[in-house]
Amino acid sequence: MVCESWTEKLDTYLDGELPEVEMRTFDAHVRSCTFCSADALSRVQMKRTIQVAGKRFVPSADFRRRMEQSITPKPKRSFRLGWMFAAAAAVILVVGALTSTYVGNRSGRDLAYRDRVFSEIADLHVATLASSSPVDVISTDRHTVKPWFQGKIPFAFNLPELQNSEFSLLGGRMTYLDQTPGAHLIYDVRKHHISVFVFQERTLSLKLPAGVDENYPSPKQLPFNMETWSQGGIRYFVIGDASAADIDSLAKLFKAAS
Amino acid sequence: MRIGSELATGSFEQLAMPHFERLYNFACWLTHDRQEAEDLVQETYAKALKGFSSFQPGTNFRAWIYKILRNAFLTSRTGLKATATVPLDLEGEEQTLPAVMETPESILLQRSDGQLVQQALEQLPVAYREVLLLCEVEEMSYQEISATLSIPMGTVMSRLSRARRALRNGLQQQFAKRMN
Repeated sequence: MVCESWTEKLDTYLDGELPEVEMRTFDAHVRSCTFCSADALSRVQMKRTIQVAGKRFVPSADFRRRMEQSITPKPKRSFRLGWMFAAAAAVILVVGALTSTYVGNRSGRDLAYRDRVFSEIADLHVATLASSSPVDVISTDRHTVKPWFQGKIPFAFNLPELQNSEFSLLGGRMTYLDQTPGAHLIYDVRKHHISVFVFQERTLSLKLPAGVDENYPSPKQLPFNMETWSQGGIRYFVIGDASAADIDSLAKLFKAAS
Repeated sequence: MRIGSELATGSFEQLAMPHFERLYNFACWLTHDRQEAEDLVQETYAKALKGFSSFQPGTNFRAWIYKILRNAFLTSRTGLKATATVPLDLEGEEQTLPAVMETPESILLQRSDGQLVQQALEQLPVAYREVLLLCEVEEMSYQEISATLSIPMGTVMSRLSRARRALRNGLQQQFAKRMN
């Protein structure tokens, strides 16, 4: 075999684990030897394929939440504080009994609204990705995608700069939520597609209850990770099968751009 | 004492949660089952939290928690089965692996089809699969792998070499199946 002694150590060299002096000698040899440089290229490509193929499984947001809860230290109350909490609890029970019917009805209605909106957003996300042409404006350039919405939706919004991030913009399309026009943008992160929906809050007839931004639905209710928030009169939804951390990162980029 | 343990728990969360997604991915590769992987990660975090006082600050936390996960896997039913059917110590089996014959087709296949690589990885013995994943996916140094798997550095190198060869052979076989 050509360069047998070099080939034996090629993987160790590519792993960066040879002693420094040997690394330099290897560098020089690989540059000058066609056989070894071709072999090295092939092995590097194989390493990259394994790296991508190996990052295959993503935990659900629900599992992450459970793990975080299980290792978060529980706050400890002092004896005196305990009495204060007990007294406060008694007051809350009395007030709660008087208002439970009203609040119960209202929170039930709020949850029903929330579930309906989230369900529609999930449907829009899935239906679009299943389409043969998921985007109407195909571009990775935000300066191309944003102007495309001019005259199509009755509001403006900003798209984040994606340099130095793992996300890439695939394009956008118009969408409707409860007969209200909005923008639907699709992003890519490590082969996962994430939808970002943007609507004008005041035109949405489906009003989301207060506190919804902090209370995401569990994956049992919604088989995707999602974040939603309102900023400057615009309601954003970020949804996809990417990890909760990726969804949160993209949401943060939008929040910073708005 | 109580305050000390609270501080320890707080820093445990800060150290442990950044590894959560990777540990889950690694657990899935070991168990081939998402539910089992969840159980394994939960067990790992519970054991790590309990034994956190034995962790020495400044040493490698990642290698420490991966080692706990791997040990928990090896003592689980799936782990015992995996290591019972294929001996963990494969160091003496070098001669049994056929030589790899690269062909233009196989190289093209390796480069283009991640799914085939996933299948080939799944079929590797657990000892080969874990060392490859720790090196290529987790990008651990040989020293970290040595600490995680509790094996000498020389064994890390030889096992990695055999694992890579076994993976290439697996890809060759899958490619041959496709062609037939």
